[in-house]
Amino acid sequence: MTTPALELAGVHKQFGAVAALHDVTFRLAPGTLHALLGENGAGKSTLMHIAYGMVQPDSGTILVNGSPQRIRSPRDARAAGIGMVHQHATAVPSFTVAENVALAAGWKARPGESAKRVAALSERLQLPLDPAALADRLSVSLKQRLEIVKALAADASILLLDEPTAVLAPAEAEALLQRIREFTRQGGSAVLITHRLHEALAHTDSITVLRRGRVTLEGVPAELTQRDLAAAMVGPDAATLLEQGHDRVPAPVDAPVAIRGVALELRAESGGRLAVRDVSLEVRAGEIVGVAAVEGNGQRELLRALAGVWPVLRGRVETLHPLSFIPEDRTTEGLIPSLSLTQNMVLGLGGTAPWTDGRRIRWSRARERTAQLVQEFGISAPGVTRPVAALSGGNQQKLVLARALERKPAAIIAEDPTRGLDVAAARAIHDRLRAAADAGAGILVYSSDLDEILDVSDRIVVMVKGRLKDAALRSQVAGREIIGRMMLGAE
Amino acid sequence: MTADVGSIAAAFWDGAFGSWYAFTSATLVRATPLIIIGLGFALALRGGALNIGAEGQFYAGAIAATWVGLHAALLPSPVAIGAMWIAAAIAGAVWMLIPVILRLRYGVLEVISTLLLNFVAEALVSYMVQGPLQEPAHIYPQSASIASSGRLPLLPGTRLHLGFALAIAIALLLWWLFNRTRWGFELLAVGEGPRAARISGRIQVGRMIAVSLLASGAIAGIAGATEVGGVSYALYQNLSPGYGFTAIAVALLARLKPGWIIASGILFGALEAGAAGMQRDAGVPAVIVYVIEAAIIIGLVLVDARQRSLVTGRRSQVA
Repeated sequence: MTTPALELAGVHKQFGAVAALHDVTFRLAPGTLHALLGENGAGKSTLMHIAYGMVQPDSGTILVNGSPQRIRSPRDARAAGIGMVHQHATAVPSFTVAENVALAAGWKARPGESAKRVAALSERLQLPLDPAALADRLSVSLKQRLEIVKALAADASILLLDEPTAVLAPAEAEALLQRIREFTRQGGSAVLITHRLHEALAHTDSITVLRRGRVTLEGVPAELTQRDLAAAMVGPDAATLLEQGHDRVPAPVDAPVAIRGVALELRAESGGRLAVRDVSLEVRAGEIVGVAAVEGNGQRELLRALAGVWPVLRGRVETLHPLSFIPEDRTTEGLIPSLSLTQNMVLGLGGTAPWTDGRRIRWSRARERTAQLVQEFGISAPGVTRPVAALSGGNQQKLVLARALERKPAAIIAEDPTRGLDVAAARAIHDRLRAAADAGAGILVYSSDLDEILDVSDRIVVMVKGRLKDAALRSQVAGREIIGRMMLGAE
Repeated sequence: MTADVGSIAAAFWDGAFGSWYAFTSATLVRATPLIIIGLGFALALRGGALNIGAEGQFYAGAIAATWVGLHAALLPSPVAIGAMWIAAAIAGAVWMLIPVILRLRYGVLEVISTLLLNFVAEALVSYMVQGPLQEPAHIYPQSASIASSGRLPLLPGTRLHLGFALAIAIALLLWWLFNRTRWGFELLAVGEGPRAARISGRIQVGRMIAVSLLASGAIAGIAGATEVGGVSYALYQNLSPGYGFTAIAVALLARLKPGWIIASGILFGALEAGAAGMQRDAGVPAVIVYVIEAAIIIGLVLVDARQRSLVTGRRSQVA
């Protein structure tokens, strides 16, 4: 057996009462791409943060090319040849590409020189980037590319990638994975954290699955199926549950229209240009319509205009009421983290809630109802009077959803309703949305994850450069390719 | 100069709490404008707006109240007092109108505009007491005394005026607004998370901020009226020894809670009354009280920061 490029042996890490990692051993063979899978909170990111020196393990050793290393900070990690691409972009927005790379790699070069070095580096890596471009102005996929170039600029031979494809369209994700393959073919080694099982199966050399801080599966993709991976991620019982089909009765064609936009023209959130041109859309009661789009193609403005929180320049919006809007960013738009669960419930339900006569609020009634919803939706919270900041992301999202459904909405508009949630939590949210549709709500949903759109929608529309195209009805396998191409502008 | 600590402390205590007279006439009289202005500050900050121009609004209110008070000789006392309060509230709100328009139309932060308007208000008072409102003999830079019908009734045997009761009433009103009404809650939401308030709460954020700022200015204006009607009976320069700023400390110490603002207002009133007694009886400069006030604020900020990190810091490491 060859010496692993990176080995984490017997790693244990405790956060308070919770063992985030329990005696985990992870070996990354040289020249390979290794997938690391698991639900949120399974310990994937913690394990990688330990390898990168951001978190110190309680016990365990780190070996790089067979020799034990003391990695106490990202600086140590970079010195040992380890680079990391984080889930969220870490570039300085007001710096150029070259400045960002120089900063990350610790170059002490003059600006002109680092620009040349970045140009040469990105060419060698086949990840072209304009060194003079401002990081802020890059598209999402170029930002991702910058993160990778930053990580590799300090001559890293080991690359840790924390969900780099989560924000990319299928074709872009594909291209990125090809580049990473190229890096491993040239002798580099990489770890890929992903939620997308098909990515792991199609592109990697080996797979490790974590569940609740323990390794539950190690193997090579050729011998594994999506089902095996899902079972290892969520446990065998839950996996069976996840596989159960969901038959939805299609909404009758004469059902009333719940959400209608007519010839909409909308301004972009980022600056004065138009984001949406001449878009018309109808969502019938009882129907789930999914919007597939690459980030920044006007879908955000469209959903917001239909939800009534973005101005309409031209055209008309008609929706049934009550309407619930589930915004993408739960901590700045959906919830106020410093306020309690009850207060957030009161915030979202406004003047029609049973605990208010429109002017006064009876907090005891609001607390009672919030406590009931916490139970009903399985939200794990220390109490309804505690700040929402104390909840995990999944539980925060459940609270947002519980609040949205509490209005008994006739129309629901949801942006990325399961972003950052693990498989089981996402499944629970999908079930709730389907149930709401069965109960007669018209639902319009956008997700950055195409698989989610394919899974949850009755009908899919694709948005490219501010215009809307109807795609075929959902047909899981064939649809994926077609829709993926449509998202990038192909007919 | 030497003085033993015991006699300094005794002088301090006597000045603030030494007798019923000292407590009511020194401490509570000083506490009254601090409580009223502190309540106004808390109202604005609940919505996320920093009104540090209470000093200016206080003076605007004092000018308006003085003008009404000078012309109120023929009015029955309750009417005269009510007219002074209303005029002062309107003047305080009008003084706040400029920062509100600047904020909503042009995005100018009220921290800057309200602060700068303080200087304008001080200059305006200076002009008034040497011009239109100067006493008839034109000797002193102050107004004539207001009509006796405009003077606030006093608690018998003390100098404590009706303004203190008004301060308590405003505190009760704000307590009710903050804790029982939807408006008060929505104002909190605007302050804590304006984006979520707009998108998830469908709250008109700009309007909430405008209303809370105008009300904050009106309340500070009323403090100008109670000071003229209950203490000075006339307008002159430096009527406020920095009430508008000390009241910020009062409100922050009370964490913007109306009931606690009464308590912390009394505490700060006692500190200043005690400092005056200390200077008079023990020869210790009264400015020492600012050191104490500053120490209280710094201590409070530290405690606050510590508590915040306990709430949020715990989660920051968990992936």
